Amino acid sequence: MTTKELPVLTANDFASDQDIRWCPGCGDYSILAQMKKMMPSLGIPRENIVFISGIGCSSRFPYYMNTYGIHGIHGRAPAIATGLKIARPDLQVWVITGDGDALSIGGNHFVHAIRRNPDLKIVMFNNRIYGLTKGQYSPTSPVGKVTKSSPMGAIDSPLNPLSVAIGCEATFVARAIDVNIKHLTEVLKRAGEHKGTAFVEVYQNCNVFNDGAFDYATSRETKTETIIELEHGKPLIFGKNRDKGIRLIGTHPEIVSLGNGIKEDDLLFHDERAAEPTLAYLLSRMRYPDFPEPIGVLRAVERPRYEVEVTRQITEARGKRGEGDLNKMFNSGESWTVT
Amino acid sequence: MASTVSDSNKTEKNVIVLEGATVRLAGDSGDGMQLAGTQLTSTSALLGNDVATFPDFPAEIRAPRGTLAGVSGYQVHFSSQDIFTPGDRLNALVAMNPAALKTNIQDLEVGGILIVDNDSFDAKSYKLAGYESNPLDNTVLESYKLFRVPMTMLTRESVKGLGLSQKEADRCRNFLAMGLLYWLYGRNLDATLRYIESKFGGKPDVAEANRRALNAGWNYGETTDAFVSSYRVEAARLKPGKYTNIVGNQALAWGLIAAARLSGKELFLGSYPITPASDILHELSKYKNFGVKTFQAEDEIAAICSSIGASYGGAMAITTSSGPGIALKGEAMGLAMMLELPLLIINVQRGGPSTGLPTKTEQADLLQALYGRNGESPLPIVAARSPGDCFDVALEAWRISTRFMVPVIILSDGYIANGAEPWLIPDANALPKIEIKHPGPQSLNGEPFRPYQRDEKLARPWAIPGTEGLMHRVGGLEKQDITGNVSYDADNHEHMVGVRAQKVANIATEIAPLEVNGPASGDLLVVSWGGTYGACTTAVERCQERGLSVAHVHLRWLNPFPANLEQILRSYKQVLVPELNLGQLRMVLRAKFLVNAIGLNKVKGKPFVIAEIVKKINEMLESSK
Ligand code: SF4
Repeated sequence: MTTKELPVLTANDFASDQDIRWCPGCGDYSILAQMKKMMPSLGIPRENIVFISGIGCSSRFPYYMNTYGIHGIHGRAPAIATGLKIARPDLQVWVITGDGDALSIGGNHFVHAIRRNPDLKIVMFNNRIYGLTKGQYSPTSPVGKVTKSSPMGAIDSPLNPLSVAIGCEATFVARAIDVNIKHLTEVLKRAGEHKGTAFVEVYQNCNVFNDGAFDYATSRETKTETIIELEHGKPLIFGKNRDKGIRLIGTHPEIVSLGNGIKEDDLLFHDERAAEPTLAYLLSRMRYPDFPEPIGVLRAVERPRYEVEVTRQITEARGKRGEGDLNKMFNSGESWTVT
Repeated sequence: MASTVSDSNKTEKNVIVLEGATVRLAGDSGDGMQLAGTQLTSTSALLGNDVATFPDFPAEIRAPRGTLAGVSGYQVHFSSQDIFTPGDRLNALVAMNPAALKTNIQDLEVGGILIVDNDSFDAKSYKLAGYESNPLDNTVLESYKLFRVPMTMLTRESVKGLGLSQKEADRCRNFLAMGLLYWLYGRNLDATLRYIESKFGGKPDVAEANRRALNAGWNYGETTDAFVSSYRVEAARLKPGKYTNIVGNQALAWGLIAAARLSGKELFLGSYPITPASDILHELSKYKNFGVKTFQAEDEIAAICSSIGASYGGAMAITTSSGPGIALKGEAMGLAMMLELPLLIINVQRGGPSTGLPTKTEQADLLQALYGRNGESPLPIVAARSPGDCFDVALEAWRISTRFMVPVIILSDGYIANGAEPWLIPDANALPKIEIKHPGPQSLNGEPFRPYQRDEKLARPWAIPGTEGLMHRVGGLEKQDITGNVSYDADNHEHMVGVRAQKVANIATEIAPLEVNGPASGDLLVVSWGGTYGACTTAVERCQERGLSVAHVHLRWLNPFPANLEQILRSYKQVLVPELNLGQLRMVLRAKFLVNAIGLNKVKGKPFVIAEIVKKINEMLESSK
């Protein structure tokens, strides 16, 4: 990264000259807007940022950012990004993906990127449908979902993206909602600042093929009851009057009303830095309609980053054996001379 | 140690000088035949012989002991002449058990030397190999010089007193066999003794046991009356210089490292283990002090995709695999082609289709390399012709890949990858540099950067992240010429398809014209590519010695073809294309040049023997009379 004084950038500086081609009203617009708005706050020159995507509506994202970018092939963005990050640890690398891209065709890469923990920021737009191919059920569509490819309802049990990520020992796991713009910006910034693989699930409305899938989480009437905003070190409280909370009975969460002898101190306190992923996993299992769904940062811990380890081994090898010398290598085996 | 051997000299024995010899060691896959073969190879190379080898082993790591499926062999051809193949017929065969005898005896020449471990021919073992009675007592073997050596007993005797278990003792049998062969062909023990020291130095008793077995083998040849003569093969008159013995995959890895250095790049390899390509991954992983970054990806697709990412970042990116893995990489190869980034895609071919014959050789992925992607997506293809040639191919492929901004496919095969030959060690300082240009920073207020603005060869600029003002997006969607913006315009698409094809065609201007070995016109032309080079070269030379009007041309580049290929094809009455497939290059030559190319085709997981090609040439010349 450059040491000279950075020009002060604005959201506009991150806008490319390309026309945006998402459907009017698509949740993707908001995510793009918050990303552009957030970017200057990271203080990284645009030329040191790369957005990489796979295939799907969300994966058009890189074209709209005035940074470097690759619009890859279906599901493979984490693999492309991992290679780039290993080759160029100095760059900030973002992966933009969708529920089908990351969890169906790209499931393998998603899982392995997370376990290796390179410094990637993976933002998954979850609209619980295939948009670009015009409306088939996705790996996050609920059972019973009627789509073009499931006229009698989907019979596949859906994946829970956060649980999957936590199961892979993700060091940063968060959830945000497209229309909850202030919170989304904060979560993206946290992801941008994390050291290691950051995974952010964004609930994104596909108003054409799955409109209203997240109404329960976004409508003014219900969202205070269906969403719980996580804050590190704070008790889990929700409800219109902030009079409800989550309490732990053994390893099971339960919803309780505050008062009548139940105090805030009795509630579950969020600890995003817990060494064990147990709490984060438990939170990821809280699903509507049984529980309010947590948004915010579920987990933020540190462990060795892949590209840093690669570089460390190279430094170590050079220290032990000296900088590589071709002639030495060529002459390392047994040899004979013909005169 | 070697000197004590000559001290024990007792009997007078004949020494017969040979031009060369082809020897195969065959045994159970647990018998250490690959080790014995590589030792015989390097020992012979150090003596100054030209060598060519053919390791042949089963796909199973340990097939049931003593079965036909578990037989592992290693063939070495060492000679005082310049040689190109591991030899057609065996002059000597060492069979460590009945299964090894059964699966290899057909390759031994009549009158050839057959050495067996007599102790391993018990009823249980020969029945397991499918013999009704002991084959050693059978008259069928009378046409060979059979030596029934009690190898197991001799080995156990030699290591007595070292406190080894019987199993451990028997593991030294391959060294006993080596010792005997070394005596038989006048090889000296020094190189193998050095090897034992470096390999087993940490286990003094194992090292000592192997040393003793090796010496016991030598002494057995020297002292028993069974062997009345031994052989000598003088040093070959190779080009002056310093040589080392090199294996194909190792030469490829070294070539890649050299190419990275010569172009001032960091090498990135994205790979997934697969036979017979894994040794390139292993070899490159050893050289982290060269800044080499190896990434063992979760699958073949991730392997190439990570390389694409690394290439976008400005690294020298490589992915290595074999046919089945290349099939998985197809879509990503298309992406790399659309992104017009440099990348080396290495296919060490093996027997197919599907999982096929993982440890055997074949050349049946040529059409896959040419056409195995959706849409019009031509990629340049270069093929190595021998183990040492892999080094040069790596350098050339990288030069072309960066000059033209295009992924290049390198074809090798199992035969080249595992085979070994003497390699004239180059001086790194004398190797030509590979020039690579990256555009520099551009003022932020200037014109937008044009990632698909091409130079005179049609190559686009390799602008890498971190360069101010050059921010740009690339992707697999069709793009507008010059700007690189997504474009669905019909005329633009046709234009871009044409430009990408023309760019690959332009490579013909940068590669060496073909050289014909033989008359510039005549009765018959042999066209070869890849690992059949040696067999074709030798076959043609033999025919030329007999005064036949036969020439040979070998294709290093399979796409594009060198500019003078067509004219050469038209200069001969007949064209023969020997290939280890059902006629893939032949089909392309016929389609492209409308020549009546005839095929000689073999898919047995084995390379051609010279005689097969000579026979075909004779037939073709005869029938046209
Ligand atoms: S199909 Fe759905 S996800 Fe895709 S752009 Fe349209 S609204 Fe957005």
